[in-house]
Amino acid sequence: MLKKRVAIQDFAAESRLFNRRAIVAMLIVVALFSLIIFNQYQLQVVKYQDYQTRSEGNRIKVVPMAPNRGLIYDRSGILLAENRPVFSLELVPEQVGDMDATLAALATLISLSPEQIDAFLKQVRAQRRFNSIALKEQLTDTEVAIIAANQHRFAGVTVEARLSRHYPFGDLFTHAIGYIGKINSRELQQLEEDGEAANYAASRDIGKIGLERFYQRQLHGTMGYQEVEVNNRGRLIRVLRSVPAVSGQNIHLGLDVGLQLTAQQVLKQQRGAIVAMDPRDGAVLAFYSNPSYDPNLFVHGISSTNYNALLNSRDRPLINRVTQGTYPPASTIKPHLALLGLETNTITPQTKIWDPGYFMLPNSDHRFRDHLRWGHGWVDVYTAMIKSCDTFFYEMGIKLGIDRISDYMSKMGFGEKTGIDILEESSGIMPSRGWKRARHNQPWYPGDTVPLSIGQSYWTTTPLQLVVATAVLLNQGQLPTPHLVTAFSSEQQQTPHAPALTPVIQVVNPDNWQVVMDTMHRTVKDIGGTAYKAFEGASYSAAGKTGTAQLAAIAQDGEYDADSIDERLRDNAMYIGYAPFDKPSIVIAVALENAGGGGSNAAPIARQMLDYYFTAGVNQNE
Amino acid sequence: MNEQFSGNARHSRLALFHIDGPLLLGLLALVGFGLFILYSASGQSVFMMKAQLVRLGVAFAVMIAVAQVKPQTLKRWSLPLFIAGLGLLVAVLLVGHVGKGAQRWLDLGFMKFQPSEVMKLAVPMAVAWFISSHSLPPRLGHLLLGFAMCAIPTLLIAKQPDLGTSILIATAGVFVLFMSGMSWRIIAFVGGAISAFLPILWLFLMRDYQRQRVLTFLNPESDPLGSGYHIIQSKIAIGSGGIEGKGYLQGTQSQLEFLPERHTDFIFSVISEELGLTGVLILLGLYLFIIGRCMLIASQAQDNYAKLVAASFTLTFFVYVFVNIGMVSGLLPVVGVPLPLVSYGGTSMVTLLAAFGVIMSVGTHKRMLAAP
Repeated sequence: MLKKRVAIQDFAAESRLFNRRAIVAMLIVVALFSLIIFNQYQLQVVKYQDYQTRSEGNRIKVVPMAPNRGLIYDRSGILLAENRPVFSLELVPEQVGDMDATLAALATLISLSPEQIDAFLKQVRAQRRFNSIALKEQLTDTEVAIIAANQHRFAGVTVEARLSRHYPFGDLFTHAIGYIGKINSRELQQLEEDGEAANYAASRDIGKIGLERFYQRQLHGTMGYQEVEVNNRGRLIRVLRSVPAVSGQNIHLGLDVGLQLTAQQVLKQQRGAIVAMDPRDGAVLAFYSNPSYDPNLFVHGISSTNYNALLNSRDRPLINRVTQGTYPPASTIKPHLALLGLETNTITPQTKIWDPGYFMLPNSDHRFRDHLRWGHGWVDVYTAMIKSCDTFFYEMGIKLGIDRISDYMSKMGFGEKTGIDILEESSGIMPSRGWKRARHNQPWYPGDTVPLSIGQSYWTTTPLQLVVATAVLLNQGQLPTPHLVTAFSSEQQQTPHAPALTPVIQVVNPDNWQVVMDTMHRTVKDIGGTAYKAFEGASYSAAGKTGTAQLAAIAQDGEYDADSIDERLRDNAMYIGYAPFDKPSIVIAVALENAGGGGSNAAPIARQMLDYYFTAGVNQNE
Repeated sequence: MNEQFSGNARHSRLALFHIDGPLLLGLLALVGFGLFILYSASGQSVFMMKAQLVRLGVAFAVMIAVAQVKPQTLKRWSLPLFIAGLGLLVAVLLVGHVGKGAQRWLDLGFMKFQPSEVMKLAVPMAVAWFISSHSLPPRLGHLLLGFAMCAIPTLLIAKQPDLGTSILIATAGVFVLFMSGMSWRIIAFVGGAISAFLPILWLFLMRDYQRQRVLTFLNPESDPLGSGYHIIQSKIAIGSGGIEGKGYLQGTQSQLEFLPERHTDFIFSVISEELGLTGVLILLGLYLFIIGRCMLIASQAQDNYAKLVAASFTLTFFVYVFVNIGMVSGLLPVVGVPLPLVSYGGTSMVTLLAAFGVIMSVGTHKRMLAAP
């Protein structure tokens, strides 16, 4: 009984004890729930902005989109550089089940080199598994068709199209337009320094030389981007916002496809350059350096075999002879020197000298020969130009002196870059006392001035400089800046591009312009003129000056090859000319390496160019 | 007596099946809420929804079945269940299936079975059986034996290694001792002993990955892409939810899978992100209602065994909730405890509802207890 009573009493006490503990436990539960709520409040209310920002940062990625590169047109709107879709075979490793089996099966359909497979597998290891990786680029149409027909057999294998630069005229415009190629680390660094790198986030290519390089900024355009939502593995879920890329500007050239083709056809295998320009505004009409090469080779990365072939060719196709070929101008600069002679009253239109076939400096028995061994007899400035008498200019040059010659010719652009809109340009050499001191550490001798007076010795010019300097004569002292591009265009507007002329020469006697013009006109027009035969029967009135440069001072670093030493030492044929005589709309320079006499070799080529120019009506309706 | 009869009269039909109405309502509300958020957290997977529904069905059936068993019967089976559980734990260590670097599963051929789940029920039941067979509060000797009954399975499970579960099981047993009226002095002493034990735990018992978890917990930003990644992403999910949340199915952290284990351990972060603080308060309200109701049932039970078991299960349930939420919101280290009745998962749900079955049994068998 007692025991039972105790048990009952215990039960009540135990119950009270338990209830107290239950209350304590519930208090702890509530306290800990309060802690959770407090913590939630901290996270969701107090630090909400912080976490909100981090959440957005997690999910939103910006995907850059490359702009389409601007196109390049010739003067009549013919496409010279375009963007073509090229097809590449791409695989997404994540979706490809058995990679080895897939590669083996693909290899039975299209040709895959071990190098391609190795390069591909390297990329597979380097990149994330859901990235699309190119196995083979530039698929042929046949390959695209084969893959398409067998697509169902392969998961994760796609043919991707992307735009790639293409130059439809191949080697015809290479030295002017240049080409693009993959951005290299040096260029990337440059872009970063210029603050341009962000705009190139999606771009693969950049202009390497020529206009493609010079106008890279205009041609490239502005990158667009998409704000996309991604998941934790970076896979795209959806596009939130899209800012389209702005295509690069199209550029329109003064070059004419017909003139270029003519230049290529008339030069054939002949090494040399032809450049033609509208003297009135400096728009370049023809720009051809022979031999040329196919710029399309470079767009997808040129093979080392092809590159070495170009690099080591004795004909040096990589040299841009129009702007980098530095040739002795020979007699083509006689009109410019004649102007200086007239302006300084060193000669007058009436001045006559006796040419015995050579010139000797006082107190010297060294004979500077005229190209005509028996001499021209009595010659004035007209005869000296028409017949290209050297002695007349030897004598005039000595009277002028190196300083005046050097100063005046420099004003006409010799020894300076013309500022044409490509970067591959040499300045040539307009020698002076200072130049010789600096270059050869020697004083200037009168014996240096004599050959200089007929465009020989140290004086070298590019064909483009000859054209520009001749335009200065035609423009009565106004120097044009040659430019290949004549306009930019976008979808909205067309902007003409015409750099202003620079006045460089003020004449004392304006009649002197006409004297010089007449001498050049008569060189072509008069029977016996050095360019008469070349232009006989032309439907237009041309003017010009021939030149034949002896290669004592060949511009190019002549590597002597015993087998061809004779051929490579032959004279360079030079010609400058313009037409129509009364109202010049084209000025042309022709430089032919080791071709022989200028009158018989260079002038006929200029004739063919001008014939095309006038018959095809290039530049006539402006 | 009569009061209780009349009080239960309204629920007579439920009472007939030994179901506690308010508790069932609370559980169903919680489970409904859980399914609602699971649909979003699973990436709208119909498959997972079906699987979870089947599991819930099984678990609720188990709960109702257990509720039919009288507390006295449960009490009789407590010790045998405990001993059987110990045997299974030893078996797991000897022949268990290794999954995720730990040996927890016993492959029975037709299904895989986790003996530690049994011990979640068996340990508090056995300790309650032992303690309630003497008068309360327990004497020191009984307490020590009680602790020993907790310690043995805990160590066996810790050796699998499954530190989280072992601690939870130990806690469940200790809750029995606490509710039985263990004196505060002893509680303070045990607290001190555990504090002293922590360095030993750290140095000798914890594996590298466990230490790493603790270190990451202490400073998750130290390794944002490595082991700290989960907790950082989880906190971003919670924080970016704000007060109102990003909207159902609109959680970027969860839907875009920045959130790890979003449908299992980290489902609370999905609730926080998509439903905001509002959704969290609703969830906590449901949990608090269930815990309160269970504690009330425990305190109204007339048998010490029933009281202790019910209270221990209730508090253990709370610990699951607290540890999971604390873990995903950066209050506690990551220990891999699911959010009870909400997280997607199998065995633990059955165990959990079996425990609620026990509580319902306690709550609905009182009349019989009082009968002579």
